[in-house]
Amino acid sequence: MAMDGPTPLERFINGILPENPTYRQVLGMCPTLAVTNGMKEAMTMAGAVAFTLICANIVTSLIRGLLKPHLRILVFTLTIAAFVTIADRFLAAFLPDMSRALGPYVPLIIVNCVIICRCEVCASKQGVAAAAADAVGQSIGFALGLASIAAVREIIGNGSIFEFTILPEAYWPRWGIMLLPPGAFLTLGLLMGGFNLLSARSEKRKKALA
Amino acid sequence: MKVKYISQAWLVLLLSLSFGGALAGVDVWLAPRIAKNKLDATIKKISILVSGADNAVSGRYKPVEVVVGEGKFKTTYEAFWAMDDAGKPRGWVIKASGQGFADKIELLIGVDAKCEVIKGLSILSQKETPGLGNKIEDLGDEKKPGFLWQFHYGHRANQPLTVTTASPKPNEFNKIKAVGGATISSRSVCNIVNDALSEQLRTALVEALKKGPTLRPVKKE
Repeated sequence: MAMDGPTPLERFINGILPENPTYRQVLGMCPTLAVTNGMKEAMTMAGAVAFTLICANIVTSLIRGLLKPHLRILVFTLTIAAFVTIADRFLAAFLPDMSRALGPYVPLIIVNCVIICRCEVCASKQGVAAAAADAVGQSIGFALGLASIAAVREIIGNGSIFEFTILPEAYWPRWGIMLLPPGAFLTLGLLMGGFNLLSARSEKRKKALA
Repeated sequence: MKVKYISQAWLVLLLSLSFGGALAGVDVWLAPRIAKNKLDATIKKISILVSGADNAVSGRYKPVEVVVGEGKFKTTYEAFWAMDDAGKPRGWVIKASGQGFADKIELLIGVDAKCEVIKGLSILSQKETPGLGNKIEDLGDEKKPGFLWQFHYGHRANQPLTVTTASPKPNEFNKIKAVGGATISSRSVCNIVNDALSEQLRTALVEALKKGPTLRPVKKE
């Protein structure tokens, strides 16, 4: 298969901000909303997604020449499910409290659109280097997306970051709603609005300069 | 025709076998560690489920294994001793599991030493619908009781629990109010408790109480 499409470096950079899974592609919203009530949970989820995405992208890229068009989604799902199960078992063995806190959201990584999307868009069409770079870039982008939402929610809702208190209760009344589902929607909406505003301004400036 | 299917699906079959083998290997490697984590989590819950029990003392004793039912309905339950700090039995913590709405639910039932009263309930693992069925894990407090709080009301262990959609009256025993929008998950929990607290299991535990506990063998590191 010809090596078309962006280079590994472009793939890596694109994944972080220009094609950020959370704010640009709006993919993987289920964990984005559900596990961002604390930085620890969000970063564990980001780690599990990164492991699955990197492994799935590499395997898919290695077997891309053997894929039948009508069976490719089945192969992607099979590959992703295997690595998610490994990640789930690892969490249960080495981080049991976190595994319990994340509950069904770790097995649900199997249906995370970010991973299937990257297998389809990049790994099934490009070489291992591009697929791995794409997976690392997208993983960093996804981690940044989760971290930004989790940081806002944990600081405003609990006055802490990574469970370390930075705003004592005497100075900051806890906004409990930020730790609940409405807080997740509110934070995501506001941050996405801010992200879009900055992007629009940047585009405008580029056009004005051109 | 068959050859055509195999020629198309060989990659899927090969991947399935490879991933299956890899997952089996991971499971063999990690299963003992996961089992130990679950045991530690169970022992941690003993003092919460049976008031007056001491986790460190209770953890020293070997759980009682009770086989209930026959044939394909045969189930083995593990009952952990809930001892106070003086080594006197205060109750039992029974590990039970069953099918929930989405997947298997594993839970711990706290009962008194004579298996007459339910002392508490705790969910060890569940994969019920987030936001609905997973509220079976909510304990809450006296002011705002969650689903699990209802199991501290002293329900009778020798009578089955029933699920209601309306709040039971204060003196109504063995009625559990279902989680809103998750009646199946709530009913699953009550069914698991009802199946576990069978007469066979209660009799076996009362017998075990008469015989007394045996110490857990200490594993050399």
